[in-house]
Amino acid sequence: TAAAKPFYDLLVIGGGSGGLACAKEAAQFGRKVAVLDYVEPSPQGTKWGLGGTCVNVGCIPKKLMHQAALLGSALKDAQHYGWNIAQPVHHTWSLMAQAVQNYVKSLNWGHRVQLQDKKVKYFNMKGSFSDPYTIRGLTKAGKETVVTAENIVIATGGRPKYPTHIAGALEYGITSDDLFWLKKSPGKTLVVGASYVSLECAGFLTGIGLDTTVMMRSIPLRGFDQQMASLVTEHMESYGTKFLKRCFPTKVEKLESNRLQVTWKNTDLGTEETDSFDTVMWAVGRAPDTEALNLEAVGVKTNSETGKIVVDASEATSVPHIYAIGDITEGRPELTPTAIAAGKLLAQRLFGQSSELMDYDNVPTTVFTPLEYGCVGLSEEMADLGALQFHLIQLHALSLNVLRKDLYVMYCFQVVCLREREQRILGLHFIGPNAGEVIQGFALGIKCGATYPQLMKTIGIHPTCAEEITKLHITKRSGLDATVTGC
Amino acid sequence: MKNLLNMLKVNGMLGNSEAAKYEKKVMVLDFVTPTPLGNSWGLGGTCVNVGCIPKKLMHQAALLGQALEDSRKFGWQFTEEVKHNWMTMTESVQNYIGSLNWGYRVALREKKVTYENAYGEFVGPHTVKATNKRGVEKLYTAERFLIATGERPRYLGIPGDKEYCISSDDLFSLPYCPGKTLVVGASYVALECAGFLAGLGLDVTVMVRSILLRGFDQDIANKIGEYMEGHGINFIREFVPIKVEQIEEGTPGRLKVIAKSTKGNQIIEGEYNTVLLAIGRDSCTRKIGLDKVGVQINEKTGKIPVNDEEQTNVPYIYAVGDILQDKLELTPVAIQAGRLLVQRLYAGATSKCDYVNVPTTVFTPLEYGACGYSEETAVEKFGEENIEVYHSHFWPLEWTVPSRDNNKCYAKIICNIQDNERVIGFHVLGPNAGEVTQGFAAAIKCGMTKEQLDSTIGIHPVCAEVCV
Repeated sequence: TAAAKPFYDLLVIGGGSGGLACAKEAAQFGRKVAVLDYVEPSPQGTKWGLGGTCVNVGCIPKKLMHQAALLGSALKDAQHYGWNIAQPVHHTWSLMAQAVQNYVKSLNWGHRVQLQDKKVKYFNMKGSFSDPYTIRGLTKAGKETVVTAENIVIATGGRPKYPTHIAGALEYGITSDDLFWLKKSPGKTLVVGASYVSLECAGFLTGIGLDTTVMMRSIPLRGFDQQMASLVTEHMESYGTKFLKRCFPTKVEKLESNRLQVTWKNTDLGTEETDSFDTVMWAVGRAPDTEALNLEAVGVKTNSETGKIVVDASEATSVPHIYAIGDITEGRPELTPTAIAAGKLLAQRLFGQSSELMDYDNVPTTVFTPLEYGCVGLSEEMADLGALQFHLIQLHALSLNVLRKDLYVMYCFQVVCLREREQRILGLHFIGPNAGEVIQGFALGIKCGATYPQLMKTIGIHPTCAEEITKLHITKRSGLDATVTGC
Repeated sequence: MKNLLNMLKVNGMLGNSEAAKYEKKVMVLDFVTPTPLGNSWGLGGTCVNVGCIPKKLMHQAALLGQALEDSRKFGWQFTEEVKHNWMTMTESVQNYIGSLNWGYRVALREKKVTYENAYGEFVGPHTVKATNKRGVEKLYTAERFLIATGERPRYLGIPGDKEYCISSDDLFSLPYCPGKTLVVGASYVALECAGFLAGLGLDVTVMVRSILLRGFDQDIANKIGEYMEGHGINFIREFVPIKVEQIEEGTPGRLKVIAKSTKGNQIIEGEYNTVLLAIGRDSCTRKIGLDKVGVQINEKTGKIPVNDEEQTNVPYIYAVGDILQDKLELTPVAIQAGRLLVQRLYAGATSKCDYVNVPTTVFTPLEYGACGYSEETAVEKFGEENIEVYHSHFWPLEWTVPSRDNNKCYAKIICNIQDNERVIGFHVLGPNAGEVTQGFAAAIKCGMTKEQLDSTIGIHPVCAEVCV
């Protein structure tokens, strides 16, 4: 209300990667800051603590389970390197899940402590707008608290979508919100979707020994370089994941045995097929978490198609003093590091006399499938669309896992650069182990305007995978075989 | 006299088929003088046979041992007792090396490079004598020569060293498990070998005369040493061996090592199955007839000074690789220098090898990747007040679940305040250090500044993001 001064300088709704970073940064400037965080339980009843998607049901548990799967491969490799491991070797879900869940809980606790240390007030409440400076907070028990703030940042993120038009989807299926918190093994699993969430989860489930199938309606990893996407899925197939391509489910029913029977249409063959699974996981996209916010009451504009909040280059919404960052915002990458950076810069602009805006260009990312894929900048398709005259320079290296003759793995390195004299690098793609570690430094190079000649002048570190990038010289245009074997 | 050849490589290595691309008549002479214990190997040089390749594979074997232990915490279950079999590993490694030796033979043939397994030495202007293993001598002439003979491990010069000790030249093909090992030296060779031997379950001691990893950032060198000590490797500091005796023959046998303190008269004794000497390497330049053609070498070190086009003081004789004075002893540097040299000689190119900001990685149990200045050399060159060091410890996500080594990993960048906070040194201590460092090296080549580093978004969750 106009009369009373808002109590807080900054109120952040959403205690995830972006929200917490923004709140903590603002507190550094000696401001009165509060964070509201609330987790609506998933349809299956799963909930979690402070920290948001990344910490609880995203990057962190995902990478740990991916690591568990990689360690399974390491066990196989180890025998070739002289380690005598008596068979059988098997994986127990509950041991892994407990370890991962305990670690996540320690992070929840760590975040609580950090907020306390930085004197940020934390409310475990669901917030909704009463007016542009007033939030109505509701606890789980239904108790109401009114909070007022001069500036409000919406960082409520997203939640997995359910294909509610499919009978049984909501009642019987789970999503990534539930997967990482399962106490018992998911068993024989069907993962529906072609997103990185789908492929990463299917990847580690296969790696720990579970019978896993991926059902995709059309192309894998839409928006990513399609040649790379194919290499990723091809490897998954050779690794043991089953794929139902160009299929979509029509219903899910529960059998007497408690298993789930899934019926689907195969669009290539025009047939209908069924199979039974212990678990069906939906990974068909995420929807912005705006429903409870009551945005209409204050007029914050959202994109009519996606439902995400529309912001300008300074993360401002259509309403003065109300901002939005992270997965909830339209046209931004759904990544933890960008949310964190955006949150910090926003706080610096609001309270620290900075005018620096967030740069969303050339954000590197990595897909943690069994064969990892890291990239930064433009894909081949994007460069094409931009009508850019570019070179696509590639190298395919056969099995860098040299002591395992049974393993045939095609690693791939790709640089997209402008054809003009300077040959500035537009994009870099790498498929192979530790892809994130490889790409990070190169992303920095691209930010510095790296050119292909500079890349070639850089001496490689031997023996690593990354060094191959400094030796790339075969262009796709040339048509020459880009396969390399051995050292 | 054989045909006049355009270019002759004396004891050459990989990357030198570049000249053949330009339709020049090329010959490579390669010969491995057996080690004191009689060990020898095929085409490919140090890196392939007794360096980078087998080193990294054995390092990997050790890492896999750690992975086995970690995997239990991630839910994998198998017998408590897991033992390592040295022979299985060594056989696999040697088979792989054999395939590389073969690969090089085939590659040279395909590019029509003449290869002779013979020891080359200059006998007069433009003339080399090649002696094969059976003593048969042939003379060859060429328009130009490239010397790339590399180095071999140095011995201590004490009683028992050549008879009973091994070097890295012997370790990677040792036909028996080395057992309880004493590693003498503080070089990266010493620490890398000690590291993987301990990782395979062996009792390892490292005897160090003074500091660790001379020439590397000392702050990081000490952290590496601490990590190794924390993981069960014994260090004996400020002692040098003065005698090695054999107590019992065998595979392995038992050796007694007597060592003297560098700080006084204290003498200690120890018993080991194997003594591995890793105290440095000497250039193979003293016995290849350089005096016959007037090529100057540094008499003290044996290294060959060259100009920035890898040319010796004799215009038609060039040199690349480990034997060069004041240059880095690294495979990729040698390869790059060799390739660019040939492109300049035969393809009209002008690019010279850029020896500045060459990245490197030490594959100790806790890996260390670096590019640019160490903290000490930065302070020396620019002055402490003109540099800013940003640093951070980190805990790789993969190590949280097995609860190990919290706050051991470390990253630091050194910036030149006077030059827009340009990053002049990059150091990372942690897993996959080589993979992490490579990209940052490319960025340093582009002249990256701290501001650009700050504005680069991290990839989450990976170790490398701690650096941006």
